[in-house]
Amino acid sequence: MPSGDSVTSTIACHVLEFNLAFERGGFLLQAAARVDAGVTGICGPSGCGKSTLLALLAGLLPPRSGTLSFRDQTLVDVAAKKYVPAWHRHFALVFQDGQLFPHLTVQDNLLYGYRRRAAGERRFELQQVLDLLEIGPLVVRRPAQLSGGERQRVALGRALLYSPRLLLLDEPLAALDERLKQQILPFLRRVKEETHLPMLYVSHARAEVEYLADRTLWMEAGRLLT
Amino acid sequence: MLSPAEWEALRLSARVALWATLLCLPCGILVGWLLARREFRGKFLVEALVQLPMVLPPVVPGYALLLLLGMQGPIGRWLYESFGITLAFTWKGAVIASAVMAFPLLVQPVRVAFRLIDSRLEQAATTLGATPWNAFLTVALPLALPGVLAGSVLCFSRSLGEFGATMAFVGNIPGETRTLPLAIYSFMNVPGGEGAAMRLAGLSIALALLALAASHWLTRRAERRLGYLDHRVPRA
Repeated sequence: MPSGDSVTSTIACHVLEFNLAFERGGFLLQAAARVDAGVTGICGPSGCGKSTLLALLAGLLPPRSGTLSFRDQTLVDVAAKKYVPAWHRHFALVFQDGQLFPHLTVQDNLLYGYRRRAAGERRFELQQVLDLLEIGPLVVRRPAQLSGGERQRVALGRALLYSPRLLLLDEPLAALDERLKQQILPFLRRVKEETHLPMLYVSHARAEVEYLADRTLWMEAGRLLT
Repeated sequence: MLSPAEWEALRLSARVALWATLLCLPCGILVGWLLARREFRGKFLVEALVQLPMVLPPVVPGYALLLLLGMQGPIGRWLYESFGITLAFTWKGAVIASAVMAFPLLVQPVRVAFRLIDSRLEQAATTLGATPWNAFLTVALPLALPGVLAGSVLCFSRSLGEFGATMAFVGNIPGETRTLPLAIYSFMNVPGGEGAAMRLAGLSIALALLALAASHWLTRRAERRLGYLDHRVPRA
């Protein structure tokens, strides 16, 4: 049995705290954790509910019951009928296949969330992110003209430019072959080290999670193991 | 080449078809999106209601419109008494008749277009600060544009050719409700009208072909603009 840090950690600087239940088609997810600053990995086999958990945190699925708070701000409290929708949470989610908008250029994709943030809330500028992820030459292209690795770097850049309070990464490398994975991992590491954004990194690949994460939570059959 | 009466029929047809398409567009986009994206109680009923004009004899929706929107109908009387609006036997009524008959032809391609868009794209937009309405306007609608354009052209063409419902609801009044098909029908029934009937029939065929070509061109152009056909740079 792999060992992860205890979810009932007593460290006071946790940024995210949740205790959520979700049910669909006989699948029950019941997950509770306190997440600290830095990168938290969530690792587990396919179908264990990792992506569902991220969707619940991002506000893409409504939980059946439970609570979610970020830095002491309650985002979800089902019993109290409180539910902050996805577009007010300021959590960016990087999908497995990027989900770049095919009708927009790379530049317009990158600026999609940036333009929806007030100037005072922006933490990153376009040029910074272009340099960080080495995607400058791609800005005039359309997503259909990008390779898989380029697409994921643009998706990561788009999420960063939204200046999220929390970055959720849902198997961002799963669609790439091993060679591309090895190319992108250093970029993710660089994002971690240079932005200090709290991140939740979901993957079924243990090595990937351990390379990036400061601590790892394990998930199995809809439950986070402690 | 065309007589004043024939020109009049052509102009009226174009005006009726244009207004019918504009009237159908917002409802067609909304209903197409709802049918593609949402599961709700009574969905089958909405689908059936939308498709009904396609499978009914056109005179039936026309007659229903007359019963509802005619001067003696409940809605028609209310419109007249409250706003002074008369629909029966006017060109505005012809717009309504055409819109009802052409609506399914707009909804179908719009619905298919929305169904083909990965709904996670809109989810991605909401995780980047877009409200659902904003995500619809900036992601789903632009991506559905080829379907919306194709549906609009079909709707316009169908409105140009509307006959049965128009005849039943607004009659065949020269200059007011005598659109191209009604003019052809009228010319067919007067001695010596064959020449005019044939000219207008030829014109109808030409307009229909033009509309189909325009639909094809607009769809291709929209697809290219949206990046669907753009793979000039080889994948790495």
